[in-house]
Amino acid sequence: MTEARISRPEAAIVSSRATPDNEPLGPLLAARLRKRFAAQSQEFVLEVEFQAAPGFTILVGPSGAGKTTLLDCIAGLTPPDSGRIAIGDDILFDADRRVDLPVAKRHVGYVFQNLALFPHLTVEENVQYGLAHLPQAERAAQASAILQAFRIPHLARRYPREISGGESQRAALARTLVTDPAVLLLDEPLAALDAATKARIIDDLRRWNEAHRIPILYVTHSHEEVFALGERVLMLDAGRIAAQGTPHEVVAAPLQETVAQLIGFENIFDAIVESVHPERGTMMCKIMTGCVENDGGSVLLETPLVRGGVGAELRVGIRAGDILLATAPPVGLSARNVIPGRIAALEQCDVMVSARVSCRVEMEVHLTLAARDSLQLAPGREVWLVIKTHSCHLMSLAADSRRIL
Amino acid sequence: MIAAKMIMAIDWQAFRLTLQLAVTVSAILLLLGLPIAHWIAFSPWPWKFLVEAVVALPIVLPPTVLGFYLLVALGPRSPLGRWWIALTGHTLAFTFGGLVIGSILYSLPFAVQPFAASFSAVDRKLIAASATLGASPLRSFFSITLPLSIPGLITGAALSFAHTMGEFGVVLMVGGNIPGVTRTVSIDIFDRVQASDYATANETALLLLALSFAVLALVYGLNRKAWVIGPVK
Repeated sequence: MTEARISRPEAAIVSSRATPDNEPLGPLLAARLRKRFAAQSQEFVLEVEFQAAPGFTILVGPSGAGKTTLLDCIAGLTPPDSGRIAIGDDILFDADRRVDLPVAKRHVGYVFQNLALFPHLTVEENVQYGLAHLPQAERAAQASAILQAFRIPHLARRYPREISGGESQRAALARTLVTDPAVLLLDEPLAALDAATKARIIDDLRRWNEAHRIPILYVTHSHEEVFALGERVLMLDAGRIAAQGTPHEVVAAPLQETVAQLIGFENIFDAIVESVHPERGTMMCKIMTGCVENDGGSVLLETPLVRGGVGAELRVGIRAGDILLATAPPVGLSARNVIPGRIAALEQCDVMVSARVSCRVEMEVHLTLAARDSLQLAPGREVWLVIKTHSCHLMSLAADSRRIL
Repeated sequence: MIAAKMIMAIDWQAFRLTLQLAVTVSAILLLLGLPIAHWIAFSPWPWKFLVEAVVALPIVLPPTVLGFYLLVALGPRSPLGRWWIALTGHTLAFTFGGLVIGSILYSLPFAVQPFAASFSAVDRKLIAASATLGASPLRSFFSITLPLSIPGLITGAALSFAHTMGEFGVVLMVGGNIPGVTRTVSIDIFDRVQASDYATANETALLLLALSFAVLALVYGLNRKAWVIGPVK
């Protein structure tokens, strides 16, 4: 995990041979592209270079990182400004050679987030849509086989509005896969499904791909999916590849906090990484209080491990409602952070009590009226703050603070 | 006896001509309006609103203004008129052909606007999905965009049919009042009123009203059904 690549833009473009040696090599998807969007005063640049071997490559990153744009460029729905996209020896796009294959000729399977099943066609007609070049008998046979493989032969005559969400996902996958694409792009197609349904569909997809061995780019927001599917992960942020590697290399800890997500954190502190403990999946961060602290009493927090080594500067966000308050030193806790302090002020807001606790820094803690009364809390009272490791949310302190660590 | 006499008085030739004109015009508009509407719905050209404005002009222009310019454009002093005379030996003005051209322009927005609106309402992802499944733009149009736009197509065709049935100013300017050639029902009614033949004018007007209502009701009824079997989810 310590080998994980750090997200410096200059280090971000790394193309590696991502295929483990025991996998049979199929055609590689190789993309190097740049696409600039300008809307009003905002400018967005997608600039990436990567290779995807046969199998799943998970594309993660916050909203607006450029994931869908990247898929659109590969599919030919959005023309890149420059670069080159190829599957094996087949060039889909090459700005220098002025190659730009039309979408219909790219053999890129694309399952959209909204699936885009044709509403006026039955499931069977949807699945046969991409087989127009075949004779009718052959079309019917292939469609029936793929519906069988995706366990929905009984839905052939139904219209998309007559089937469930999970069935629609299967139909959309079947419609795309029956065309035998050279690469498969999946834009969060399973986002709306429950975990069990999702897992079964993924299993079917995996089984299908064991026979076909094509690169599958799979966009997701879900960390669980990253670990469940992940052979390789590409992390996109602000149009660049922030990191790539195995799930554990890329996402060492849950840390997808962005500025937007940090809204709602009552306690936000700048901190410095003091030590890292990869074996525990945690690290120790010292909260910077703004003045030189040499009295040996700085506040240390055990936080989840993120990419970045000792000395890295970052920001810690803790929700006021995630902090427990004890009136005696607590023992036998699973929570890793116990911080002594003193109540500076108590303020009642409706049915909630907001306590300001000074422990060299000042932390806001939210409690119920009942908790305040039963603990007989009052300003000046000595208390202990209890904070779970995973209640400490981390983000980078860089100037462009949208960047994930 | 009296009813029979009144029905006898109605100019059936004018009715036949009006229906013929309305059917011809809405059929041509269906063909002509589709590419224009497609272009309006999908073109990324930033100045396309100018074309939209031109298409919509007949809605706001007095029919006499449109008719006047058409008369000039189709007359023997315009290149178009001269070309037509060289081709056929007579002018386009005061002929059924001239009437068709005038009516097409007059009813163009009533066809193009519903067409374009229904094309725009088709989810672009469906068209993108069609392309990724190997379909050419033409196939995507005929297999996806067009079937999903059927309600708009029916509306556009119905409106241009009804609008042509009821037009008066353009017909009068371009076609005049030649029985069997350019004398439509609305002209006929006007003529009767001028001649103080209110009874026949009333009969004719009532019949036109009933006919227009029947056509519109039928078409909107069909349209409703199209919505029900239609795709929108």
